[in-house]
Amino acid sequence: MWADILFSLRQELIVTGILFLLLFMKIGAVAWGTEGILYFVNLLLLANLILGFFPGGDSTLFSGMFHTDRLIVLEKNMLNLATLIVSLQAYSWLKEHRQVLEFYMLLLSTLLGFFFMISAGNLLIFYLGLELSTIPLAALSSFDVEKRQSSEAAMKFILSSALASALLLFGISLLYGATGTLDFSAIAGRLDGSAFQLFAFILILSGFAFKISAVPFHLWTADVYEGSPVTVTSYLSVVSKGAVFFIFILVLYTVFKPMAGSWYKIIVLLSVLTMVTGNLFALRQENLKRLLAFSSIAQSGFILAGVTGGSRGGEASVIFFILVYIFSNLGAFGVVSFISAQTGKEGIQDYKGLYGTNPLLSWVMAISLFSLAGIPPTAGFFGKFFLLMAAAGKGNYVFISIAALNMVISLYYYLRVIKAIFMDSQPEPVERLKLPLLPKVALLVCVVGIVVTGLVGGIYDYIYSLSIGF
Amino acid sequence: MNLSLLVLVPLITAVAVVFCKGPGGVRWVSLAGATVQLLLSFGLLALYWKERASGNDTAFLFEYRHAWFPSWNIWYHVGVDGISVAMILLTALVMEAAILVSWAIKPMSREFFILLHFLSAGAYGFFLSLDLFTLFFFLEVSVIPKFLLIGIWGSGRKTANDGPSAGPPVAAPDSAMKLALMLMGGSALVFVGLIGLYYNTAGVHSFDLMSIAQMHIPLSVQRVFFPFLFVGFGIFTALFPFHTWVPDGHSSAPTAASMFLAGISMKLGGYGCLRVALLLMPEGAREYSPVIILLATIAIVYGAFATMMQKDLKYMNAYSSISHCGFILLGIGMLTRTAIAGAVMQMISHGLMTALFFAAIGMIYERTHTRLVQQLGGLLKIMPFISTVFVIAGLCSLGLPGLSGFVAEITVFMGSWQRAGEMYRLATILACASIVVTAVYILRATGQAIMGPVKEPAYNRLRDATWNEKLAGILLGAGIIAIGVAPFWLSDLLGPGVSAIMDHAGAALKVSGH
Repeated sequence: MWADILFSLRQELIVTGILFLLLFMKIGAVAWGTEGILYFVNLLLLANLILGFFPGGDSTLFSGMFHTDRLIVLEKNMLNLATLIVSLQAYSWLKEHRQVLEFYMLLLSTLLGFFFMISAGNLLIFYLGLELSTIPLAALSSFDVEKRQSSEAAMKFILSSALASALLLFGISLLYGATGTLDFSAIAGRLDGSAFQLFAFILILSGFAFKISAVPFHLWTADVYEGSPVTVTSYLSVVSKGAVFFIFILVLYTVFKPMAGSWYKIIVLLSVLTMVTGNLFALRQENLKRLLAFSSIAQSGFILAGVTGGSRGGEASVIFFILVYIFSNLGAFGVVSFISAQTGKEGIQDYKGLYGTNPLLSWVMAISLFSLAGIPPTAGFFGKFFLLMAAAGKGNYVFISIAALNMVISLYYYLRVIKAIFMDSQPEPVERLKLPLLPKVALLVCVVGIVVTGLVGGIYDYIYSLSIGF
Repeated sequence: MNLSLLVLVPLITAVAVVFCKGPGGVRWVSLAGATVQLLLSFGLLALYWKERASGNDTAFLFEYRHAWFPSWNIWYHVGVDGISVAMILLTALVMEAAILVSWAIKPMSREFFILLHFLSAGAYGFFLSLDLFTLFFFLEVSVIPKFLLIGIWGSGRKTANDGPSAGPPVAAPDSAMKLALMLMGGSALVFVGLIGLYYNTAGVHSFDLMSIAQMHIPLSVQRVFFPFLFVGFGIFTALFPFHTWVPDGHSSAPTAASMFLAGISMKLGGYGCLRVALLLMPEGAREYSPVIILLATIAIVYGAFATMMQKDLKYMNAYSSISHCGFILLGIGMLTRTAIAGAVMQMISHGLMTALFFAAIGMIYERTHTRLVQQLGGLLKIMPFISTVFVIAGLCSLGLPGLSGFVAEITVFMGSWQRAGEMYRLATILACASIVVTAVYILRATGQAIMGPVKEPAYNRLRDATWNEKLAGILLGAGIIAIGVAPFWLSDLLGPGVSAIMDHAGAALKVSGH
């Protein structure tokens, strides 16, 4: 019994263990050097990632509250990987920061929250996991305590999250009223698509839409992304979004399966709005963090397109795309984060002539942006292709055409950055920067991931083989 | 023969270039890589002939299949027929010449050659693909190198230096952006078309070219998705009114990239129109044939007149490419066996001719630092080799018998005339008449820039082509003459492929009385 629980919860327990270890280090008598802590924590996170791959079967605990299977284990591993990359990239920023241990404690709390959220088999656990992750995230947004912008970002984040949570809770309570249960498997059987249930669904959907910054619930995104430390921004845009998408697709495909006819149209609409708005706003951004914020909104629109597929391919393509997105977005954010930490420059104009001084960073940025734009041979191409192929399975070609057009629009603003880096010049470009070991490893992992994930067909098929589908 | 070698050799060369020391090493390794490609292509041609001579008449030779994404039924599937062999040979020739003329490229020669090899890998892969996903993958691979090549090494149009009459200034990065976005737009249309095809295949959905060709795609589906595919690929071939990326893009690009863009990349579109749109949706092609012919004729006539107005040699050749690529689309649109064979010949011929032309213009520009016809003059006396190359390319462009342009164009015209109907006849006549306009601008440019007195005394000190430039000129020129003098080897090579398309389409393409 206990062995079973321990084994099924192994990923959560490891994270919790690291969390407490850091807590003891903090309150202990020994004063640790920042550099040492950084290497040590990254080593722990690496161990966490490797241990996560320990194979295990499906299991359900606490009478259906907690549920895990091979796909969920894989999803958690993806989140572990992203957290590790973010942490490696944070090196240059954290080295100058005094509260390193607090940073990691908050970070791991959110990760733990996400783990419980995606393993949830019950709306209560789901909500608990979501909140466990949201509150530390707000604290993380304000982690540059001396910067006003950072506190402002945290304020905006906590307010919009509170609204999202309120909507979600309202929806959950209505759903409970309609079906008399909070259990995922039981709800599906009691849904009949009545107006009342649809209303509950819309409220829950709005809660999700906030988290994945789908239009019209995206307004917080750009400001929070811009104000937060870049490391937190990249964590928000990749780990937070990825985790919410994992549970979102699970909830849609299993809990709300009986209402598929209704949600299909809503999600299509949401997807179109999100990608169009995200792309149009991204066109004119001058700050790279804001640009990437709007680009990540647009990417959410594409992921939603895959969600509409409502098939095994749909689920697999969404999870595959999130893996690709982890590498691509973290590659881009890694460069921005490093240059911002070293020089404080974040505008597209500041990147003019970057290739002359920092060729390595420039290529990493270019490859990541091409992957975000979906240009082969990068993995982004495969990711987008499969998302839209899954979406096309429903035969809605107008929708596919709009999405394809959006890929063209998005290419423009990615190319703008590449143009600044490679083609433009300025009298004072970013000086030659020395890349420390840890961020270098992180960028290398991203580039290798971008190149390999797509070209090696086995990765997608592995995800496909784990997907349960519709 | 393992066809994947053709894709791998450029990639391996590109990786090797990364580790080369100094510009000399980079150059020689690149040249070695391109030469291996060329030898491989000739080897492929020989093997292809050997197989055919021994009576192997399967549609595609040297096929190789490997499951790429089994859950989507996506395969890495390559194979060649005569048309692809010819296109591969063309690519290898242009690539070799492009490396040779960029011998002294500065700055960042390493990056330049890497991108160029990357570009050629995409082109080879495209011509080899028998799976639509693989084909689309290789079609889009070229976006990155094209954008960077034009944007970084390109030279736009600078009004201040070139005199007020040259037209508004154009910055190379802007042309690169325009080109990348328009071609991406083309890809997006192709993408929708391909997905539409995929979900309308019977049984297990598939991207396999040959198995889709065996199925009958319902007419209603063809009606919807044929335009997507044809226009999508057409944008690559400067289909009117989506040709606007051509002049700025080609003119801003560095010489090697212009050669590759006009010589090879534009042919990707024609090849795609033929191999994907026409082969898989013949009834759609028949329904839209009048529209295609109308647009192609406009491109031919408009392109020719627009060329006449150009003062910049590169813009001149770019606009004339629009006109010449119109012949490709006209041939495809006419849907007769001869016209389609002519269209394929025109792809090869124009590829060689335009690459040679851009090479010659590049060499002139490198020496005189101007591309404006009015500022040049008497080049024949100073640089006889370059001038000869220029004249050969020009004469090929205006369709002089004995050069490849004549062979290709006359085949298109004969094929077009076979299609009965006033509109088709009129289109053919207009297309023929455009040759006269071509003659006007070619002869005028030749007369002003090449013949006559030397315009600037400073030009007298300029030197003729170096060995590498000569070699490039000779390679491409030999190709033009080889086709022009003895066209039969080419038509024999292309014949079975074209016949396969025509036989396959069968009744759907019966458009004329014979």
